[in-house]
Amino acid sequence: MYSDKVMLHFMDPHNMGEIENPSGVGTVGNPVCGDLMQIMIKVENDVIVDIKFKTFGCGAAIATSSMVTDLAKGKTIEEALKITRNDVAESLEGLPPVKMHCSNLAADALHAAIEDYKAKVKEKTKEAT
Amino acid sequence: MIYFDHSATTPMRREVLDAMMPYFCEKFGNPSSLHAYGLEARRAVEEARETVARAIGAHAAEIIFTSGGTESDNMALRGLLKKGGHIITSAIEHPAILETCKSIEQEGHDVTYVPVNHDGIVNPADVEAAIKDSTVLISIMHANNEIGSIQPISEIGEIANAHDVCLHTDAVQSVGKIPVDVDELAVDMLSISSHKIYGPKGVGCLYVRKGTRLRPLLFGGGHEKGLRSGTENVSGIVGFAEAIKLIIEDFSDNERIKKLRDRLIDAVLSGVGHVRLNGGRERRLPNNANFSISFIEGESLVLSLSAKGIAASTGSACSSKKLEPSHVLLAIGLDPVDAHGSLRLTLGRDNTEDDINYVLEVLPDVVHKLRLMSPLYKCECEDTGYGKPE
Repeated sequence: MYSDKVMLHFMDPHNMGEIENPSGVGTVGNPVCGDLMQIMIKVENDVIVDIKFKTFGCGAAIATSSMVTDLAKGKTIEEALKITRNDVAESLEGLPPVKMHCSNLAADALHAAIEDYKAKVKEKTKEAT
Repeated sequence: MIYFDHSATTPMRREVLDAMMPYFCEKFGNPSSLHAYGLEARRAVEEARETVARAIGAHAAEIIFTSGGTESDNMALRGLLKKGGHIITSAIEHPAILETCKSIEQEGHDVTYVPVNHDGIVNPADVEAAIKDSTVLISIMHANNEIGSIQPISEIGEIANAHDVCLHTDAVQSVGKIPVDVDELAVDMLSISSHKIYGPKGVGCLYVRKGTRLRPLLFGGGHEKGLRSGTENVSGIVGFAEAIKLIIEDFSDNERIKKLRDRLIDAVLSGVGHVRLNGGRERRLPNNANFSISFIEGESLVLSLSAKGIAASTGSACSSKKLEPSHVLLAIGLDPVDAHGSLRLTLGRDNTEDDINYVLEVLPDVVHKLRLMSPLYKCECEDTGYGKPE
């Protein structure tokens, strides 16, 4: 039921793990519903220089997490904010219809991590002034 | 590939195929025809009926051939239901019963769902307490398809008799694995599926005790005593009979399977960590093992095992069409997170000691790899309430 690309990312996910002292962390989903994703980013000069994920969830949840890290790595945060759920699904050569909503949360987790980074930057600027 | 999903379906036995083969191209007659072709097919169907009846201690006239377990369950419930009639069933039935009950409820009938205990067993006293004047039928499965829990059907049968209520049991998972005798179980109706006992798919039967009045679901040429119109699936029926004959002959193999299963359960419980057995160890089908493995999700576990050559299944929501975790696991008191992390391994006649060794070799690594990926795994130490270490 999954595309070959989904299975490739599921079996051998890219950028799995955590970052020490991340610039931003985004966590979305709920284990009660069967999916929980955490994305950590390291930002330098507005560019995502490193990104890692950890995911509790089905094959689609893990594959979308892996794919979103590939898509976001090396992008500026403004570019990365433009990555949508659909971009992730399309890059994986499609997801089964039932998985489009429940397990395609990776873009949301990325956006949450960027928002977290922005909030931290704001905090710091406030402290500085 | 090692197959550990015998409660989903079983490989058809070669002897069963051999028995069926003549009934496709040579002995192709319609059992209702009067000529030699017809008689030949009729004889095959009636012999099969005798064989199936003998296997469960019934009379041939009490066997109605159907398309399988789902149809038999539907026929039992809808065939017996009267206007204003009340049905009692359990919270852990197969969807063939539960969804039929929901549809019956929507039509204005009354259904009571009795609960189960932590081991997935119905308390007969709860069934008795649920009986009302309007109760026409009790339908409780003989053994559960997910956790293998065996229900006290004989006791419920006595209660049903005392209150003059019909009792149906779905014996799709129990036939061939534990003794199934319609008189000992004291049931009025009993469903069987062929493909769960190494027979062909698309065939099964409903046992209907003499004197039980049913209405048909399918109308037409009046086949199967008017209860199931439609030309008989002759080759399928012949294969079904051969399969049930063979599984009864090989009944002692269950001892061997149970030993393998017990070794599997002991080794997984001691070797994987943060794992629990779903369902009790007693009153359990000899081939069933069902675990909840903390911090990981069942679909990704089953996909990973499949990549390693092991065919298993899960009660995880992500693997179901409805995206809800297993109603059986929730009914025995699991929280949804543990229900998502369930793994079912169901053994069969083809499994060997080596198969068990291979699972025990592969499973801990696969679990470890997925746990490293899981943000819940570290929660074990931080105690955020997500993880539930034993």
